[in-house]
Amino acid sequence: MKILLVDDETELVSTLAERLEIRGIEAEWVSNGEDALKKTETQSYDLAVLDVKMPKIGGFKLKKILHEKYPDMKFIFLTGHGSEDDFKAGTVEAGVAYYLVKPVKIEALIEKIHAALGEHE
Amino acid sequence: MSLQERLKPKFWEEGNLAETRHRHMFNFPRIWKKTVLITAGVALIPLILLAIVDYQVTQSSVESENLLRTSRLVSNTRRRVSFFLFERRSALDFIIHDNSFESLMDSKRLAAILEHLKKTIGGFSDLGVIDAKGIQRTYVGPYPSKDIDYSKQEWFREVRDWGMYVSDVFMGYRNFPHLVIAVKHDLADGSFYVLRASLSIEQFNDLFSQLEVGGKGDAFIINGEGILQTPSLYNGNVLEKIHIPVPMYSERTQVLETLGTDDEPILVGYAYIQETPFILMVIKQKNELMGSWYDTRMKLVGFLIASITTIIVVILCVVTYLVSSLYMADQKRMIALHHAEHSDKMASVGRLAAGVAHEINNPLAIINEKAGLIKDIFTFKKEYKEDQKLRETVESIISSVERCGTITKRLLNFARHVDMNIQLLRPHEVIREVLGFLNKEANYRSIQVALDVDEDIPPFESDKGKLQQIFLNLLTNAFSALDDGGLLNIAVKRKNTHFVCATFADDGCGIPRADLERIFEPFFTTRAKEGGTGLGLSITYGLVQELGGKIEVQSEIGKGTTFTVTLPLRYSD
Repeated sequence: MKILLVDDETELVSTLAERLEIRGIEAEWVSNGEDALKKTETQSYDLAVLDVKMPKIGGFKLKKILHEKYPDMKFIFLTGHGSEDDFKAGTVEAGVAYYLVKPVKIEALIEKIHAALGEHE
Repeated sequence: MSLQERLKPKFWEEGNLAETRHRHMFNFPRIWKKTVLITAGVALIPLILLAIVDYQVTQSSVESENLLRTSRLVSNTRRRVSFFLFERRSALDFIIHDNSFESLMDSKRLAAILEHLKKTIGGFSDLGVIDAKGIQRTYVGPYPSKDIDYSKQEWFREVRDWGMYVSDVFMGYRNFPHLVIAVKHDLADGSFYVLRASLSIEQFNDLFSQLEVGGKGDAFIINGEGILQTPSLYNGNVLEKIHIPVPMYSERTQVLETLGTDDEPILVGYAYIQETPFILMVIKQKNELMGSWYDTRMKLVGFLIASITTIIVVILCVVTYLVSSLYMADQKRMIALHHAEHSDKMASVGRLAAGVAHEINNPLAIINEKAGLIKDIFTFKKEYKEDQKLRETVESIISSVERCGTITKRLLNFARHVDMNIQLLRPHEVIREVLGFLNKEANYRSIQVALDVDEDIPPFESDKGKLQQIFLNLLTNAFSALDDGGLLNIAVKRKNTHFVCATFADDGCGIPRADLERIFEPFFTTRAKEGGTGLGLSITYGLVQELGGKIEVQSEIGKGTTFTVTLPLRYSD
């Protein structure tokens, strides 16, 4: 299981990656969409955790590109803006497993990651 | 409620309030008064003027008609009386010229003439022939009076000078009222003789008996001294003096208006009968003549009163209806305006809250993660694992961050719903969310809030933001009614398959009955001094209606107030 974290808040995303690593989940992080695209070209990931609001390439746009390229990849959205309700309509979008609202508990995130990949497997 | 209060339109008191509280609003009582005055003036003044003019014109035309009719009656009667006398005088004139003095001296011949006169013309009771010396030479009639000397008498001098004579009515020797007509025949030798006839006045009287003088009207003849020549109905008998003055001489028929003996207005029509001492008089009671006019007058006044009443009633009803409509429209406008203002305010507060929440959320997430990492390090590295204090400190940081997260979430949630945004909700969850805002106050004032929720409440379609406002308004309202340490019972029940209802029952001061009826009216507040706008419940009412529900209130003084909000499970526009 290999996870890519994308968020422009480097402090947040690096810490989150570190905490996942501590828990034995292989996680890498980048701070923007371009880096994420570059990264996915060289490596394959089972799941991407994306921030919704990012400069240049936003979370939704990034998800669309990645989903077209790697249809098996799962996605979890993280957002600091609004609540889960905001994205209810989006749940049917292909490949999107969950929406989580920041600040998120690490246990909840791990649970959702497992759930998303478990369904896949 | 008294009749006066019930009839008083709603805007009457509100309008006066408007003067002080909302200067831009119309003053409805003043509009009402002005409109009533102007319309009533425009409608009534011409009507009243017309009625007055019509009254006077009709009255004077009726009066002149009466004068004319009286005058015509007098003229006709005069003509008949004149003709009566003229006929008899002409008969005598014919006799005296047709018969020689000698043949008239023959009493048999004279008796035959008298007989013929009685049969043909009538009214004659005797005939006498008087010579130039004034001595009655022949006489036929019931009172033999031959050789009477008339030479000293006034009538003889008059007939000698003027050729004819008509006497007043008098009793004479006969002791019944009669009059005398005498004619003279001049002879070729300068001498003359006179034919004198007495006429009983019965036939004369018959002339008046058929006159239509109406009711207490009267018709009779007097002489120049005011002595009655014919019997009258109400003015005395023959040869008595009448009580009204003798009218001035006039060649033509005259009608005067004057006061009668009993001070009632009367019309006196009179005419001097030429070549006789007689004055024909017709008296009519004015009130009787005006009887038809009085009827008309009653009708006119009745019509006027009915018209004025109808016009005033119609004006009052129409103006009250119109001003009420205006008032309602203005109220609606004000509510809409305040609603818009309120929504606007909510939107601004929402944007501000959302901005703050967003800005805080990111650093909060970083703190959360960093603290989590510290906790992870402590948990996963053996050397720190036993350090209880360190772990507790980190736990405390994480739980505080969680609290901040809850607050920002709530702020975002609350601020977001300004437009209609229908989603599936559970009412008690919304109530809990709103209660979160009031927890502090509840704790400070030790108000106990009990939430009782039916098990089978399904999620229902509604607008979360509006529902939050409704519940927040009701809760704030309940809190202000509650004393410290009071109890607020909130219950959410399923009413039937289509509706769910939420009740908010406080054990506060209660609402007086009179206020209860007006509690959902805009600007109605009992807490104006504490800054109450009187809009909270009005807006709540509007919001509940927008969501397709209804709100009811029950209250008892001293026992508390219960608001019940019934909402449909499915939202429909």
